[in-house]
Amino acid sequence: MKRRRLLPLLTIAPMLMGAEQPKLVPDVSQRQIDIIYSFTGAELLLFGAILYPGGRAPTKPPEIAVVIKGPPEPVLVREKARIAGIWINADSNAYRSVPSFYALASSKPIGTIVQPRTAVIYELGIDNLQLSPSSGGDPAEARRFEEGVVDLKRRGGYYSESAHGVEISEGVLYRARIAIPARVPVGRYTAETYLIQDGRVVAAATRDIDIAKSGFEAFVSRWSEKHAIIYGLFAIALSLTLGWIAGQISDRLKR
Amino acid sequence: MDLYLPIAGLSVNMLVIVGLGGVVGLLSGMFGVGGGFLTTPLLIFYGIPPAVAVASSATQITGASVSGVIAHGKRDGVDYHMGWVLVAGGAIGSLAGGWLFRTLQRLGQIDTVVGLLYVVLLGSIGIMMARESIGLLVSQWRGAAPRPAARRHHPLIAILPLRWRFYKSGLYISPLAPALLGFATGMMTVLMGVGGGFILVPAMIYLLGMSTRVVVGTSLFQILFVTAATTMVHALTTHAVDMVLAALLLIGSVTGAQIGARFAQRIKPEYLRLALAFIVLVVAIRMGLGLGWRPAEIYSIEPLA
Repeated sequence: MKRRRLLPLLTIAPMLMGAEQPKLVPDVSQRQIDIIYSFTGAELLLFGAILYPGGRAPTKPPEIAVVIKGPPEPVLVREKARIAGIWINADSNAYRSVPSFYALASSKPIGTIVQPRTAVIYELGIDNLQLSPSSGGDPAEARRFEEGVVDLKRRGGYYSESAHGVEISEGVLYRARIAIPARVPVGRYTAETYLIQDGRVVAAATRDIDIAKSGFEAFVSRWSEKHAIIYGLFAIALSLTLGWIAGQISDRLKR
Repeated sequence: MDLYLPIAGLSVNMLVIVGLGGVVGLLSGMFGVGGGFLTTPLLIFYGIPPAVAVASSATQITGASVSGVIAHGKRDGVDYHMGWVLVAGGAIGSLAGGWLFRTLQRLGQIDTVVGLLYVVLLGSIGIMMARESIGLLVSQWRGAAPRPAARRHHPLIAILPLRWRFYKSGLYISPLAPALLGFATGMMTVLMGVGGGFILVPAMIYLLGMSTRVVVGTSLFQILFVTAATTMVHALTTHAVDMVLAALLLIGSVTGAQIGARFAQRIKPEYLRLALAFIVLVVAIRMGLGLGWRPAEIYSIEPLA
């Protein structure tokens, strides 16, 4: 657990060793999101402080970008085409790791605060996500499919970018609100915070957030997967019982 | 009132789902059909994943047909002999359907095939019902007595080998005929999330030539067992049965069915049949247009195991 959090810090260690650089003290409002019957989505608050070497903010304060990423998943993307008058799935492309969720919030539009190369390295911005196609095909076709995926995810609320989503007060404290919609898949999410100065990332920190079904919801989905026979029988029994009770009630009402 | 559906994996408005079940129940009470052909498309339209909609709708139909089977059984309206033959065919059909469902899912063609099935089946049934009820109304209007339909099984049925006697149905035919019929509806239940009553009842009357007294009860008997088998097939293969969704639909549909049944007593059956034909045709046309129109989403994503 601890090592995982240290890793991003280690990757930028060479940069930290150079000059005195500001540090990040980040946190998230919730480390664990439980999906229960009344779950309609959640709002995460990412907040923290920037510690400057001299104790005071420089004249040109740095910028902050925060990213929440859902567990990556291998997916198959299908493309519909009109064949014999009806629209059916025709072409398909497989991708090894498509983030199930991606939300970026930054203090200024992300394109104006980081260099394009840095943005690609840290996957800052929806257009910089690396989906890693598993079938090495025509690059133009791969791009067409990727655009399709991103567009679908964006409109579904799974991918989002907010150009002014991070608020920095006094150049020291920052906070960002990111909405997690109700349809998100479960799993381990990461909340990454980047401190950006002169187009480069000077400090980064990661926190894990677990999103899991809980209580009755967890119970039902676990049994439907692990004990499918018992689950199926129970579903039938439930349906029969409800139907039978309803029949009894209506008989009483008729008399 | 929002409620998170554990298998569908999304939050829905509870009242909308119960209301949806209620509207379908109202229609099924009025017209004496299961209404699965309306539930599944409406659920998909509401945003429920198609596999979950089909599977949970089958579970709901099981519950919705219990009281009907009991009621028809009490007044000797079920031919159990015929019923078991249908169920046996239906069980094999649902297994075959489950295999077909998985295969089509892998090929990415399940939605298209289900759409086409809806258009073809509902379209032809709707046209048949509309023609018949309009013909009946026209002859009534002219004052002529309606031609009594000859109750005789289809010549093709007579060719089949091995004949059994089905006393309550008043038939001496090959059990292969009802078994094949059961097989077809079992497959439809798995693929389309319908009970198949709208195919079964006309087929029993016009193809098998069964005594009308036992047609509805026997078809409900078959639907009860085959939808239960289908729930099992889906639970084991697609893991898409959402108990919570099925329970909500059921609460709505049994309530609606009571109101519908009362409402139906005040309307002439010919008009009811025409209205049902109209609804069936509207669904078929809507599904057909959906296949031909440029879809809102050209791309679709499915997880790879």
